[in-house]
Amino acid sequence: MSGRLLAGAIAGFARLLAGATVRYAGYKPAEGQRIYFANHSSHLDFVVLWSALPSAERVKTRPVAGSDYWEKSAFKRFLAREVFRAVLVDRTGTNRERSPVDDMVAALDAGDSLIIFPEGTRGDGTAIAPFKSGVFHVASKKPDVDLVPVMIENLNRILPKGEVVPVPLLSSITLGPPTRLGSGETKELFLARLRGELERLG
Amino acid sequence: MTLGFSLTKETIWLLEGIGGLLVVASIAGFILGKRAATDAARATVANLNARIRAWWLMVAVFAVAVAMGAIGATVLFALLSFLALREFVTLTPTRRGDHMALFWIFFIVVPFQYLLVAIQWYGLFAVFVPVWVFLFLPARIAVSGDAERFLERAAKIQFALMICVYCVSHVPALLMLELKGYANNAGLLLFLVVVVQMSDVLQYVWGKLLGKRKVAPTISPNKTWEGLIGGVLSATALGSGLFWITPFTPLQAAGMSLVITTLGFAGGLTMSAIKRDSGVKDFGALIEGHGGVLDRIDSLCFAGPVFFHLTRYYFA
Repeated sequence: MSGRLLAGAIAGFARLLAGATVRYAGYKPAEGQRIYFANHSSHLDFVVLWSALPSAERVKTRPVAGSDYWEKSAFKRFLAREVFRAVLVDRTGTNRERSPVDDMVAALDAGDSLIIFPEGTRGDGTAIAPFKSGVFHVASKKPDVDLVPVMIENLNRILPKGEVVPVPLLSSITLGPPTRLGSGETKELFLARLRGELERLG
Repeated sequence: MTLGFSLTKETIWLLEGIGGLLVVASIAGFILGKRAATDAARATVANLNARIRAWWLMVAVFAVAVAMGAIGATVLFALLSFLALREFVTLTPTRRGDHMALFWIFFIVVPFQYLLVAIQWYGLFAVFVPVWVFLFLPARIAVSGDAERFLERAAKIQFALMICVYCVSHVPALLMLELKGYANNAGLLLFLVVVVQMSDVLQYVWGKLLGKRKVAPTISPNKTWEGLIGGVLSATALGSGLFWITPFTPLQAAGMSLVITTLGFAGGLTMSAIKRDSGVKDFGALIEGHGGVLDRIDSLCFAGPVFFHLTRYYFA
């Protein structure tokens, strides 16, 4: 319960700090399950996107994050597990008992929605890096789940990679039209198309 | 004057007058909404009514802050400065190397400038931003080691700070003035804000009713000579009618009103030019129908400091 309360407080604080304007460009918030995929340039990305979701959606939306970062300290582990209910995946590729794709599919099977950053790591905010293939494998196993592109802007200015103190600028979050894996669509085409859907929102 | 004051009966009269005006405006907006026939007319009236609703909220916040005394008003304007600065810097193409300088201006410079207002240290209040911060800011940016567009970045951040923080802080600074035979400084602050904001409203109304000849079509298509002259003259008339809340005679109140309404127009036009250059219509979206905080207080940014100094030179 304390995790839930803290989650609400953090969402409120994130809205205040990042003052995100939420725009719906072809997406309508609705019941049901989906995968939000977004560009990544700041530690704040997922918190701000997550806090911008309607609260009913937020409680069943889980970010997918690297366990190498979030398991580093007890506090981070508490935040990731109890507060954000993150799906922590091993992105190092070594010593892997289960693959990140299995973890994501398991969360979807349990009825939750996901927030993923298919670039795999934070960029400098100027360009979107090529997508990693995980999203393709998840989409092949769960072809009925909508993929919603989310363009996050200005968070790289609020808290850039490598800085510790934020600057309270205004950010914006644009949600685009949902898409799915086409039948017979190859991995390369799908990843390029997904990245294009995201880029188009910028 | 001391920190914390109660509202005088003149101040309460003026606040009641504004409340009455909003009631009339709301009724007029309702009737116009019923009578609007075309889609364009309906859109205009919907925007008008959104503006009127936002005015109720803005007046309520302002009245509560002023009623809480000097601290209330100072904190309110500090918050407005912070929000306006945020809107301005968001539109400014800063770079990674400006990050710590921006951290300083948001979290150190803004609070400190208003602390100087609260403790009434006029000497430092007047020079803190234009001297101390002016020199500190480019040096701090230089330390970060990024020379790309250096002067442009430093200059734009300086400008944001002067407009959003230094200029705006002169409005609550009116409360620190010691004027001859006059102690109702809250009334003076109210006079400035009411005349400047009513001038904006009246320019909008005259412009909508009679506006034809544009003042600067490449900068703001909504500003017309008819709106400007009608708005400035009617707001000046209103301001001279409010002399009883100020230390001014009716004629002095008219002169002051003419100066601050003209400056208010200049402020709106200047900020429009900046918005046009940045390719946006509004600085933000916080206030429904009005845009951002900076869209609402742009005229006050220009009128505030001049009104402060004119009052200080001639009436202190």
